Amino acid sequence: MTVAVVTAARAGLVSCESCHLVSRPAGTEEPGYCGRCGEKLEFRRHGSIATTWALASAAAICYIPANLLPVLNTVTPQGSDADTIMAGVIYLYTSGSWPLALMVLIASVMIPLGKLVSIAYLLISVQRGSVKSSRERTRLYRIVVIIGRWSMLDVFVDTFTVAMVQLQPLMSVQPGPGVLFFAAVVVLTMLAAESFDPRLIWDSANTYELSNA
Amino acid sequence: MKLSESVACPDCDLLQHIPVLGPGRKAACARCGRTLVKQPTGSRDLPLALTIAAAIALIIAFTLPLMELHVVGRFASTTIPGAALQMWLSGQYLVSVLVLFCAVIAPAGYLLFMLILLLAARRSPVPHWAAEMLRWVTHIQVWSMLEVVMLGVLVALTKIAQLASVDPGIGMYGFGATILLIPAIMSNFDKREVWLRVKWRGGEPLPPAGPADDVRALR
Repeated sequence: MTVAVVTAARAGLVSCESCHLVSRPAGTEEPGYCGRCGEKLEFRRHGSIATTWALASAAAICYIPANLLPVLNTVTPQGSDADTIMAGVIYLYTSGSWPLALMVLIASVMIPLGKLVSIAYLLISVQRGSVKSSRERTRLYRIVVIIGRWSMLDVFVDTFTVAMVQLQPLMSVQPGPGVLFFAAVVVLTMLAAESFDPRLIWDSANTYELSNA
Repeated sequence: MKLSESVACPDCDLLQHIPVLGPGRKAACARCGRTLVKQPTGSRDLPLALTIAAAIALIIAFTLPLMELHVVGRFASTTIPGAALQMWLSGQYLVSVLVLFCAVIAPAGYLLFMLILLLAARRSPVPHWAAEMLRWVTHIQVWSMLEVVMLGVLVALTKIAQLASVDPGIGMYGFGATILLIPAIMSNFDKREVWLRVKWRGGEPLPPAGPADDVRALR
């Protein structure tokens, strides 16, 4: 069954992003502030596409040094040893804890990459005015938002490794420059997901299929 | 109390009417499938009890050592704030601030704001400053990553266990309790119910603005 769509924007109404109150905007250009909670009202997040592209591109650039530069330096009297994220994964794998190795690999390598590809796909499909598989694209967006935080895993692993292994002069672990870039990738992709407005996915569609009426 | 209202889906902007829901029932968007409303099952005091418990557990998690390391007569231990401090001393200032924010400030802020909000929400109408707090709670909970920190600690423990003997400390129990309690607070706290009882920014609720006259604010 296909149903005509009444969205808040089409009905001339605006939904508050903070308290979800649907209200009549003060004007079409400047909707004003929410009468209930005081949040600034916006029909769609302001400059959503440009902001998201900027943040995602910055994250993509940081992703390269994040993987190439060492995240940890192990200093012993014999010398020092630099480890990248992949080296950490391989270390966990060879020391017999392959489930942890897999977890770190997914959280630090695959999730950030998957997020960047997904955000780029969402942006391109919105810019091309695609009306296909809007439901699936919205689901993809929700997954990106939910799993994004898990890529912070490696930052915390490095922090606690550094904090514990301070046994000078025997052995100490120092953070490498890669941690900073990696943290930047995680924060930038999280901000990119926040600035993307999923309602844009649906703005080109005028009708929808009622699934379980 | 009437809890039926018109909402626009946050993910696709479709206007729809939320029916009165029984405890534990959910309402999903007809077009995109996003969960719009979830009616909690527990009593209204449950979130407050859970928040107080989580706050106590969080203090234990932050002050007592998370793990202790013994190697050739040397002993070392760390707490969550201590780990962020060590990162600062090692020269990674930005990463240290980020860890402090995600692992200490955001969870502590979340629980503090929740505590104040839940106490204020026992009054009716809910004062407007409590609504402000509810807005902050929504923004800060995205950055509270204790469950990710926990996994990070476990991976770090496994890595270090190769070189030295490592034991989990008492702080770990508080930490474990906190990460179980925070999702319990989230699922039992009825944000929508508080918004419906909140005193409006301009004082009295404005006349309802909806396609139908069913967007009604409660007093």
